[in-house]
Amino acid sequence: MALVLKVENLTKRYKGITAVDHISFELAEGEIVGLLGPNGAGKTTTIQMLLSLVEPTEGHIEIFGEGLSTSREKILEKVNFAAPYAALPYNLTVYENLMVFCLLYGVRERREKIETLLREFRLAEFRNQRTGALSSGEQTRIGLAKAFLNDPKLLLLDEPTASLDPAIAQHLRTLVCQKMKAVHGAILWTSHNMREMEMVCDRIIFLSLGKIIAGDTIKNLQDRYKKRDLEELFIFLAQ
Amino acid sequence: MAMNHLHVLGILLRNFYLLRRSPYRAFSLFYWATVELFLWGFITIWLKSISSPDYKINLVVTLIGALVFWDLFFRVQQVVTVAFLEDVWSRNILNVFVAPVRLWELILGFTLLSLLYGAISFSFVALVAFLLYALEIWTVGWYFIPFVINLFVFGCALGFAVLGLTIRFGPSFEILAWSIPVLVQPLSAVFYPVDILPSVLQRIAFFLPTMHLFEGMRAVLLEETFPLKHLLWATSMNVVYLTIGILFFYWMVRVARHRGSLGRLVTD
Repeated sequence: MALVLKVENLTKRYKGITAVDHISFELAEGEIVGLLGPNGAGKTTTIQMLLSLVEPTEGHIEIFGEGLSTSREKILEKVNFAAPYAALPYNLTVYENLMVFCLLYGVRERREKIETLLREFRLAEFRNQRTGALSSGEQTRIGLAKAFLNDPKLLLLDEPTASLDPAIAQHLRTLVCQKMKAVHGAILWTSHNMREMEMVCDRIIFLSLGKIIAGDTIKNLQDRYKKRDLEELFIFLAQ
Repeated sequence: MAMNHLHVLGILLRNFYLLRRSPYRAFSLFYWATVELFLWGFITIWLKSISSPDYKINLVVTLIGALVFWDLFFRVQQVVTVAFLEDVWSRNILNVFVAPVRLWELILGFTLLSLLYGAISFSFVALVAFLLYALEIWTVGWYFIPFVINLFVFGCALGFAVLGLTIRFGPSFEILAWSIPVLVQPLSAVFYPVDILPSVLQRIAFFLPTMHLFEGMRAVLLEETFPLKHLLWATSMNVVYLTIGILFFYWMVRVARHRGSLGRLVTD
């Protein structure tokens, strides 16, 4: 499998505080990797560096074989992102928001793409409603629909199902995984929902105080640390 | 019904905490009144100086005409700033920055938007001024075009500088985003000739393209002469200020990426 993402010695320091400390990892085509760790471990900073929102202090990020620092726009055409803290404009309708982002991502067949995503993410009935008038769960679904507008080959998800009810969260997890597997795309997924991570991830990377302290398949890690499930493993590693 | 004083105290305390944490909010307590005092003070001094029957100045042209053109400058600056702030307010700015959009595309988008909105607003205000005060701006003809273009350019330059400051200092800086053009107003000699200002302020005003533009436009309207010198000064400064404004915006985005403060635009 070809590499989608290669991170080498990635480090971010803020005025003497090391948020991310020389981490290195890779993601291959079709792989779903969970980025776990307690609050303040450096997950969001790592994701923001992969999106070029934050400039690394040290290290190198290579996506689709090209350096992020030199080919930012070209790379971002095939990358997307969803997080509850990155909302879409509340004063536009669902359809208008998706149309704006179709243009920002240079999508050609916009109407067809939007119709498909509205159907898949069960948003068709809200198409002409203002985004701000919808529930937080519905807004999360719009954010995820936006994340698929450009058929990304690398998807970065920062706690994407945090505000969803279990039924819709399950539907979205399945949909997101199916869609990415269909195009051999990779996902880097952060969540504090350990059951979710067990369901979707091929392997996990565990961050603590900015460093990778464990990284493998969930089964191998459970065996290594002799823990019954991921939640127990998380509590053990976090401590 | 009995009043619970703790409730009122809670409301006050919530705002005091906010004021203490944001110097810009405290600043606005003094800022507006001071600037308005300067502006209206200079207008009063000027009106007093022309109150003699020897002077024959068309106040409709001088004051209302100036207001119409000032509104164009103000509108352009505000459109550039608000277009960006809309995405900050709705917490969409991260989505914009992670899309494959180049900074110059963002700048071009804001510029075209301000051109469109500025033109609509200017046409409307000019029409209302004609209907209410019989002010016929268009009778001056082509002379005004270079002045209007220069006002537009300085509005954009200031808009990009304010965007840079908002990115650097966070959304709480937006209070100054509204107030910076107002600071420029008394020194720009919008409603009165620049020689009304004290000499030290005249020296500062010299470096504002808006001063040259409003002095120039008054010369066109009242003296029917074309003040080439003012226009050349304004144009030269605008080339420099627009370049500085755009470079400053680029620099601040770079600094924000380095400091990790782009992410904080949605949380501050």
